[in-house]
Amino acid sequence: MTLSSEDIAAAVDRLAEAIRANTADAPIALIGIRRRGDEVAQRVLTRLAEDDRELNFGILDISLYRDDFEHLHENPKLLESDIPFPIDGAHVILVDDVLFTGRTVRAALDALSDYGRPARVELAVLVDRGHRELPIQPDYTGITLSTRRCDHVLVCLEKTDGLEQIRVIVKEPS
Amino acid sequence: MPHKDLLDIVSLEREEIEHLLDQAVPFKDLFTRSVKKVPALKGKSVLMLFYEASTRTHSSFEVAAKRLSADVTNFDVAHSSITKGESVRETIETLQAMRSDFIIVRHSRAGLPGTIARLTRASVINAGDGAHAHPTQALLDAFTIKEKFPDPTGKRVLIIGDILHSRVARSTSTILKKIGVEVAFLGPGSLVPRVGPENIRRFTSYKDAMAWTPDIVYLLRVQMERQDVQFFPSLREYHRLYGVTEARLAEIRQRGLYIMHPGPVNRGVELCDAVMDYERSLINDQVENGIAVRMAVLYWLKPGAKEE
Repeated sequence: MTLSSEDIAAAVDRLAEAIRANTADAPIALIGIRRRGDEVAQRVLTRLAEDDRELNFGILDISLYRDDFEHLHENPKLLESDIPFPIDGAHVILVDDVLFTGRTVRAALDALSDYGRPARVELAVLVDRGHRELPIQPDYTGITLSTRRCDHVLVCLEKTDGLEQIRVIVKEPS
Repeated sequence: MPHKDLLDIVSLEREEIEHLLDQAVPFKDLFTRSVKKVPALKGKSVLMLFYEASTRTHSSFEVAAKRLSADVTNFDVAHSSITKGESVRETIETLQAMRSDFIIVRHSRAGLPGTIARLTRASVINAGDGAHAHPTQALLDAFTIKEKFPDPTGKRVLIIGDILHSRVARSTSTILKKIGVEVAFLGPGSLVPRVGPENIRRFTSYKDAMAWTPDIVYLLRVQMERQDVQFFPSLREYHRLYGVTEARLAEIRQRGLYIMHPGPVNRGVELCDAVMDYERSLINDQVENGIAVRMAVLYWLKPGAKEE
């Protein structure tokens, strides 16, 4: 199954609309999780920028907070994080492309707490594909996909991948 | 392919060097956070095995390991059985039983870290072995230079001092050539090797060396506790011939050159006091960058990986 750039744009619209409905004109900080979460966050930010409100934008790399180093042949390449505003007391919305096991979000929460103590943290995802392994749920969801655990969900975004689509690749359970 | 050990610069490919230098950037960014620690090496153990005195390199590695959440154990060589005649091999067997993931070694004998690396599954990092190599010093020097010159190709670094006995000169000149920097040596004739890489210029006079128009002047430490003293008449004479005197500092400032030194500085020997306040001295940058680079190395190495 493949979703198009129109589907993605509609999903980003839904995220922006839900965030606007829920937070009114209160100051918020969008923090995208690398990679691709930052690109989703940037798009949501563009849509919210029309409003008269305080918006902050940051990027978070969670490589150093992963829980699976033991199983990796090579440690993930570390990218720069950039959070150019104080986290203390902020209303943060973490943004990622795909929500699956929840482990990335767990790592992001740990990383975030090393930058400061936000007043509140919410989660926005472009795609929720289910199969959580931790008690983590999104506050804002663009698209809900029903998948099997062994399937692959491949999100491609223009700036990161040079094309715009979401593909579900059906795999046989191994 | 990840490496198990870091023993010298020669065995690193240029891409691996660029990777480590790139990775040090996000590690350095962590230093401005209020929490400077990340959990990447949580539960891993790092053993510090320093057979030679070192305050800076030792504490730099220790800070790097702790900022990655590793546990650090100091194997206090001065008070250990080694002074009672235990062989290095016996020590290694003892260490092996401690199941360290990383061993940081400094020793006066060239090649000893390599011997240890072959005897253990732990990742071994050479923190200086005799006149052989000091790879993390080389990486931090290259990183410091790249901060000032993002494309360092064709930039010129003049290394001054006892080239012959210096592992810093050896490792740093090797890495600089690998990233495209031109290197020249300046020192007393007796302390600059006559044979060696063809693409390194050798000078014995400060004036000639400056005519080569370096971008960075890199002073080596005069090893008072080691062999250096017998090779030149006096420290005052050394300062007059090869040191950055006040007059030379004026010229360096006028030309806008950077100054580097691996530390600790012998004031009045390699450098006059005024260099400490020179706006283009990178000596403190080198210290801070050393931690970031060593974090990148610890994060990159894989204990137990197969070395070819």
